[in-house]
Amino acid sequence: MKAYLSIVRMRFIALLQYRTAAVAGVFTQFFFGFVMVMVIRQFFFSGDAQGAMSLAQAVTYIWLGQAMLGMMPWNGDNEVIAMIRDGNVAYELCRPLNIYTHWYCRLLALRTAPTLLRSLPIFLIAGLLPAGYNLQPPPSPAAFAAWLAAVAGALLLGCALSNIISISTLWTVAGEGMLRMLPALVIFFSGSLVPLPLFPQWAQAIVNFLPFAGLVDIPNQFFVGTLAPAVLPLMLLRQLAWTAVFVLIGAGLLRLATKRVVIQGG
Amino acid sequence: MNGISLYFKLIRISVASQMQYRASFVIMSMGMALVTVIEFGGIWVLFDRFGSLQQWTLAEVGLFYGIIHCSFALSEALGRGFDIFHRYVQRGDFDRLLLRPRSTVLQVLGQELQLMRFGRLAQAMAILIWASWTVGVQWTVLKFAVLLFAIAGGVLLFIGIMIVQATVSFWTIQGLEFMNSFTHGGTYMAQHPLSIFDGWLRNFFLFVIPLGCVNYFPVLFITGKQDIFGTTPLFQALAPLAGAVFLLVSLYVWRFGLSRYQSTGS
Repeated sequence: MKAYLSIVRMRFIALLQYRTAAVAGVFTQFFFGFVMVMVIRQFFFSGDAQGAMSLAQAVTYIWLGQAMLGMMPWNGDNEVIAMIRDGNVAYELCRPLNIYTHWYCRLLALRTAPTLLRSLPIFLIAGLLPAGYNLQPPPSPAAFAAWLAAVAGALLLGCALSNIISISTLWTVAGEGMLRMLPALVIFFSGSLVPLPLFPQWAQAIVNFLPFAGLVDIPNQFFVGTLAPAVLPLMLLRQLAWTAVFVLIGAGLLRLATKRVVIQGG
Repeated sequence: MNGISLYFKLIRISVASQMQYRASFVIMSMGMALVTVIEFGGIWVLFDRFGSLQQWTLAEVGLFYGIIHCSFALSEALGRGFDIFHRYVQRGDFDRLLLRPRSTVLQVLGQELQLMRFGRLAQAMAILIWASWTVGVQWTVLKFAVLLFAIAGGVLLFIGIMIVQATVSFWTIQGLEFMNSFTHGGTYMAQHPLSIFDGWLRNFFLFVIPLGCVNYFPVLFITGKQDIFGTTPLFQALAPLAGAVFLLVSLYVWRFGLSRYQSTGS
């Protein structure tokens, strides 16, 4: 246990060093955020949201999505994938650690450290923008607490999903497919592109059932107040159930792969 | 061997090498198509909810979307060498190109023709055909010429952006991520009509990075829709020239960067 905790800590500290990248990331996310906010504003001015959410809620939802973008599982652990490609993964197999847990811990750090660096400036500046463009604080302290808890759930879920992406690259072609396809599903069905409450009424049951809602939509809805804090236990259960499914799939795939692994010498 | 035939020879080699991995090519192209299809899905979701975007319909927005994604797909396929140029600088591989008695621009462009981008191109063309059929565009030779001109102008503009990005990497390879704002962020912006955005963003995409010129004005010309800026059809047809101008400027920037380049020596 102690070994795994220090993996998280070491990676976390290492990743905090990438400050220039963080500044560039904040700039990019701001730019995207502005364009998205302007588009959603014009849609709200052109038609009726039919009670799905208010403009202020949609704008806050979008800024949250940009602030927390670093947590999105749209790729695997690039260092692990590079090791799998060049064969250095053999060293990983020699360590007296459970390899799934080891990679999972690396991901925990990968999804938190950059997000911490990038989200704070975005929260601050987006909160200070003129009315109509700004991120608004959650409606109550309970909503804020529910958001924090759901973010933790999203983190666990996202790392389980990312780990499947890393592991699937052990199969060259299938892995490339996962690397390309999964991000599209994640972006669309998590609410990162368009807030899920704005999806058609008939699609609500589907998008809410899918695991991807747990990555962005559930935390965001607590923050903007379209979900009441009282449903937190149910939502956490949903996030954790999907996490368990993905952990089982990932660990199963890894076991399958390590059985037939051939390391080429040289 | 002159420059043009050398370029085509390099491209033939690149295509042949990618065709050695046919399954990868197919899967990656499908992935690229899926990634873009969901972006149009996002626009569809908002139209389904709100009905219209100012005076624009979904199919009309499909024209903006189709043109800009055709341009972006082609420029990513052609300009891949500049897109990943920072890797050559980091590894010192660029020094090898400098030793050859050929133009650096030609050699970098000839590094790779990335075939998987054709997945995005195919999907963008499908949307473009659907959109023009639904809008009921009365095609003439002149309108079709303006369409091709607009796509070509977009390709030149995006390659220009990639060349500027590559030039920045002569000084630093840190934080290049912010250039994504102009490529991916620019594409996201340009898949909506320019007239919906706030003044400052609109001016940025007309006068700094003239994405509006290669996409917004030509669509007005093709559909004959009223322009809020009051431009004439002649101007609308010729506006994509701005892409060529941007590329010329970026080539000057490149030449300046090249004159200041110091190898890492590794």
